[in-house]
Amino acid sequence: MKLRTLTLGLLSASALAFAAHAESITIATVNNGDMVRMQKLTDDFTKANPDIQLNWVTLEENVLRERVTTDIATKGGQYDVMTIGTYEVPIWAKQSWLLPLDKLGDDYDVKDIIPAIAGGLSVDGKLYAAPFYGESSFVMYRKDLMEKAGLKMPDAPTWDFIKQAADKMTDRANGVNGVCLRGKAGWGENMAFLTAMSNSFGARWFDENWKPQFDQPEWKKTLQFYVDLMKADGPEGASSNGFNENLALFQQGKCGMWIDATVAASFVSDPKASQVADKVGYALAPDNGLGKRGNWLWAWSLAVPAGTQKADAAQKFVSWATSKHYLELVASKEGWANVPPGTRSSLYANPEYQKAAPFAKMTLDSINAADPTHPTVKPVPYVGVQFVAIPEFQGLGTTVGQLFSAALAGQSSVDDALKQAQDAATATMTEGGYIK
Amino acid sequence: MARAVTTQHKTIATAAAWVVALLIFFPILYTIITSFKSEQEAIQGFNLIPSGTFESYSEVQQQSGYFKFFFNSVLLSVGSTILALIVAIPAAWSMAFSPTKRTKDILMWMLSTKMMPAVAVLFPIYLIFRDSGLLDSRIGLTVMLMLINLPIVVWMLYTYFREIPGEILEAARMDGASLWNEIIYVLTPMAVPGIASTMLLNIILAWNEAFWTIRLTTTNAAPLTAFISSFSSPQGLFWAKLSAASTLAIAPILIMGWFSQKQLVRGLTFGAVK
Repeated sequence: MKLRTLTLGLLSASALAFAAHAESITIATVNNGDMVRMQKLTDDFTKANPDIQLNWVTLEENVLRERVTTDIATKGGQYDVMTIGTYEVPIWAKQSWLLPLDKLGDDYDVKDIIPAIAGGLSVDGKLYAAPFYGESSFVMYRKDLMEKAGLKMPDAPTWDFIKQAADKMTDRANGVNGVCLRGKAGWGENMAFLTAMSNSFGARWFDENWKPQFDQPEWKKTLQFYVDLMKADGPEGASSNGFNENLALFQQGKCGMWIDATVAASFVSDPKASQVADKVGYALAPDNGLGKRGNWLWAWSLAVPAGTQKADAAQKFVSWATSKHYLELVASKEGWANVPPGTRSSLYANPEYQKAAPFAKMTLDSINAADPTHPTVKPVPYVGVQFVAIPEFQGLGTTVGQLFSAALAGQSSVDDALKQAQDAATATMTEGGYIK
Repeated sequence: MARAVTTQHKTIATAAAWVVALLIFFPILYTIITSFKSEQEAIQGFNLIPSGTFESYSEVQQQSGYFKFFFNSVLLSVGSTILALIVAIPAAWSMAFSPTKRTKDILMWMLSTKMMPAVAVLFPIYLIFRDSGLLDSRIGLTVMLMLINLPIVVWMLYTYFREIPGEILEAARMDGASLWNEIIYVLTPMAVPGIASTMLLNIILAWNEAFWTIRLTTTNAAPLTAFISSFSSPQGLFWAKLSAASTLAIAPILIMGWFSQKQLVRGLTFGAVK
């Protein structure tokens, strides 16, 4: 009996010693299919690194953003790895809240990261976050309806063509809307779309001196075109439609075209969820011949906060999760179609991936067509394609989004919405000390 | 004739009550139904008949491990309630039996703290928690939940205690009972139904609290609210799993509420009619 007690005691003591030795890192992440898959595959990491234990905190996008912002701004040190987007990286890196990722390992191949994405995640040439999955936006359209309308979608359409096609495809008696676009207010909802769209109309949020530009003709053209297009060919109640609502409409065959995130391609082409899976074609986001397209750029990325005590283990994990090896691991377990897209050039050169994801080339072309460091036709003082990478943008973007959503709903005129947006932006920028 | 009208009234009233009850309960019911659907079924639109799969439940358990969160929820809600009662019973006693000119103001002031949006104090609280090493700790969160529910607990107990005739306490004092004896042996037993319903309501409030419990925890102290939110996704990808997680999270409190509904209703309507 005594011997048994002694053995048990020794065993638990050694277990404790091991637990104390194992370093545990806490990872805050967003809830999407790719991230959940990563959590399931972490055995591969812990086998190779038995001394590192992983704790996951999975949260919905908005809650996650608020949580990690609170933590990093107060140096709370709750997380060792954070999932953040291209919006946060430049702002946080400038505040010295993030550690530069310089210990990713020799075989990591940083140069393989798609240049447009790497550009959005770097400050002064240093990479501050490693992309886990990247996306742009493009046109998804119904090949059958396009054919019926007697048109052929070019690979790189113009806004005029989109308007013409939408007019012809709209068949409200049969529940078909020519085009579905985001209308729900929010800096990440309608303003992601409208800001990207405005780039192709030659508009910009601010001039070189941070003066708001909503009183300029380019914004008027953008918003007027959007409101007219949606009134003529958009679904009913479009001002409350976000990504989910439009996805459901498109999957049910109620949209001729949908301009939204490239990641939606895998949903609309999935025969289990989409009634139009075999009829979807893809094209680049439209332009107006001004040299910029209306597509955005986003990457959910893994970053290491400056407050962490476990920087080495955290970087080891970031390196694993964003490596080529990880892409191969997902492919071997779940097939190439489920590999997180939009991060590495080598993935798009892989013939097996091209076969599994028919939208691969168009996704890559879309990502390459976005340039977060030079997003607009005229020069701007900010970084970001569908956002302005300054801390004030979340609040301001949502306010402007509400004004534009109201214009779409017919509650105010385009001119009124723009005037109010100009006033709101001027007030915010004055308060922030950008302008006097 | 009069009797017929009464019966008819009763039937209508009952039917109306059922309709209202069903309307209120429907979102929960639909969540439970959705939890037995596959992910594809869940996004396919309104449908009251699920295929009856347990897939979501097993995946939810596999992915997150329900019991760790459940244990934290029980600990936090019960712990914070007991703590709140320890503070609130003497406070309510003094306000009910030895009121001063400012008692009403104090009560209002306590309640006014509930009127402020929680997010307004997020940063100060977060910094206090950080500096005292209470982030992601059960103790810190128990105290936090106690504090945010304290005004309601004091108010409820105060209303109860006011119903108890002060003469009984005076009689106890005449018999030589000390202050503590008076509270513990005279007041508390008389107020048991009131204290019980306050406790129940407070446990429910603490169980459902989703602002602080998500923001002040990461892994160790995270209760069921954090468990649910880990399945919520803006892309609507995991509706069935989210429903399963929600069902698992609300089931214990729903069952508890069901068994104690008499006390709950009594507690909530106590003092309404004199």
